[in-house]
Amino acid sequence: MEYFLQQLINGITLGAIYGLIAIGYTMVYGIIGMINFAHGDIYMLGAFFALIAYLAATTMGGGSVAFGLMAALLATMLFTSLWGWAVERLAYRPLRGAPRLAPLISAIGMSIVLQNFTQLTQGARVKPLQPVIHGGVTLLKANGFAVSLSWLQITIVLVTVALMLVFTWVITRTPLGRAQRATEQDMKMAALLGVNVDRVISTTFVIGAALASVAGLMVTLYYGVIDFYIGFLAGIKAFTAAVLGGIGSLPGAMLGGLAIGLIEALWSGYFSIEYKDVAAFSILVLVLLFRPSGLLGRPEVEKI
Amino acid sequence: MRFGGLLAVNDLSFAAAGRQITAIIGPNGAGKTTLFNCITGFYRPQVGRIALHHPTGVKLLERLPDHRIAREAGVARTFQNIRLFPRMTVLENLIVAQHAALMRASVFSLAGLLGLARYRQAERRAVDKARHWLDRLNLIAQADDEAGALPYGSQRRLEIARAMCTDPVLLCLDEPAAGLNPRESAELNTLLTAIRDETGVGVLLIEHDMTVVMGISDHIVVLDYGRRIAEGPPAAIRRDPAVIRAYLGETAAEDLPPAVSGDVSEADGC
Repeated sequence: MEYFLQQLINGITLGAIYGLIAIGYTMVYGIIGMINFAHGDIYMLGAFFALIAYLAATTMGGGSVAFGLMAALLATMLFTSLWGWAVERLAYRPLRGAPRLAPLISAIGMSIVLQNFTQLTQGARVKPLQPVIHGGVTLLKANGFAVSLSWLQITIVLVTVALMLVFTWVITRTPLGRAQRATEQDMKMAALLGVNVDRVISTTFVIGAALASVAGLMVTLYYGVIDFYIGFLAGIKAFTAAVLGGIGSLPGAMLGGLAIGLIEALWSGYFSIEYKDVAAFSILVLVLLFRPSGLLGRPEVEKI
Repeated sequence: MRFGGLLAVNDLSFAAAGRQITAIIGPNGAGKTTLFNCITGFYRPQVGRIALHHPTGVKLLERLPDHRIAREAGVARTFQNIRLFPRMTVLENLIVAQHAALMRASVFSLAGLLGLARYRQAERRAVDKARHWLDRLNLIAQADDEAGALPYGSQRRLEIARAMCTDPVLLCLDEPAAGLNPRESAELNTLLTAIRDETGVGVLLIEHDMTVVMGISDHIVVLDYGRRIAEGPPAAIRRDPAVIRAYLGETAAEDLPPAVSGDVSEADGC
């Protein structure tokens, strides 16, 4: 029981991170119907920007952790968004109206470019970061096993919940969100009503990148090591989460992220840590077999 | 406007005035919808000019990207096959149509985030305008329903309401009476003339239902094979030999017994 609770906590933390990345996939898919395979690498860039900004800020700011974290958060959101915007502008917008396969290939190309760029400029070795947020609370202690909840885990979950609330509010209540939903449902019609569709799409990429960059910051803090290749697996996992929840559905992405995080944590806790990825992807296969539109996706109804 | 070897709209020129309903009629494939697509920026005509005399100056529509045609030139449009945002509420459909103004007021949602007074006023104005049109078109009770769930006739009315919410100077209606029953299309007639008289908007109307066309048009343009074959007030178009030929065919009209051909031209109204 205690062991289960501990794995539950770990899983929720991991799930929060996957959920943040998955939103980027599902939003872009919803609005232009493409899978942005470079999104995982945008998240990786976010982790690098966070690390660099944190180290720079603590060196200059005299080692204050709080200042360093705020600086890292702002810097990584700013720079990663810029990259997200640039990727859309350079690699996807010129292909608007091209067959669906073209932007997909372009996205894979962009993913390789970002990985290699980071490898060249930052080196191929893993980058370590000393634990920044220490300590936590022990929830209960029984049978010689202590269930602990670290401050860092609490921070990660709280930040994620806050971001998701703000984000949901933007989508449902602001003109920007309304324009996004309109563009998603009928791009041409939205343009005819005076919505600048290109700008709405750019904003979608910027929001997705900003959320992924926060995930990047949190992973850097949580695991303490990053390298140029972390975007690949995290990206695929988050994509799986988006598909599991029903691609195109925002609550679905959050739910899917949570599910993947829990599956991974519980599987590594009870079976074998080596096969945790296999477990996550097997669940995906099962869900898709029985619910092809995902947990919260709406099935495509064909009118006859 | 050319598609490969097909010349869809060729050497067509006509003028449609404000405060008037100009109907565009013609047999299927005459190029009526293509013409609308050129006006609203779906297609870019290879040659020619579409000038709109807007209160703020002359806008050349063939040079504007589609979202600026709605925003700056004030052209709004409805579709033959209804294109509402089906998974948004009726009210939201009308608010999206006022997106440009709201976006300006909210400074990219930033003011919205901070809940500034200026933005809240703009939002209230948008809702008021939407409510005005919902009242007009008898849709107020359905304001919070999903647009896709409305019955067909209401969806048609909602599309007109949404177009009017963009404050257009030119309203392009593509077969607004298609699929309406006689009572609904009579209501449409009253609505369109009322909109014209109250707002002074110029209306371009594509329609096959001749009771609508002959009943409310101030001016009619007849197309066939992408060319204008006749133009004038309804009474003149009804008798125009070129129009009768395009609709009935020359020999076909002669082959029919007099009683039948009389019925046909009466039913067609031309």
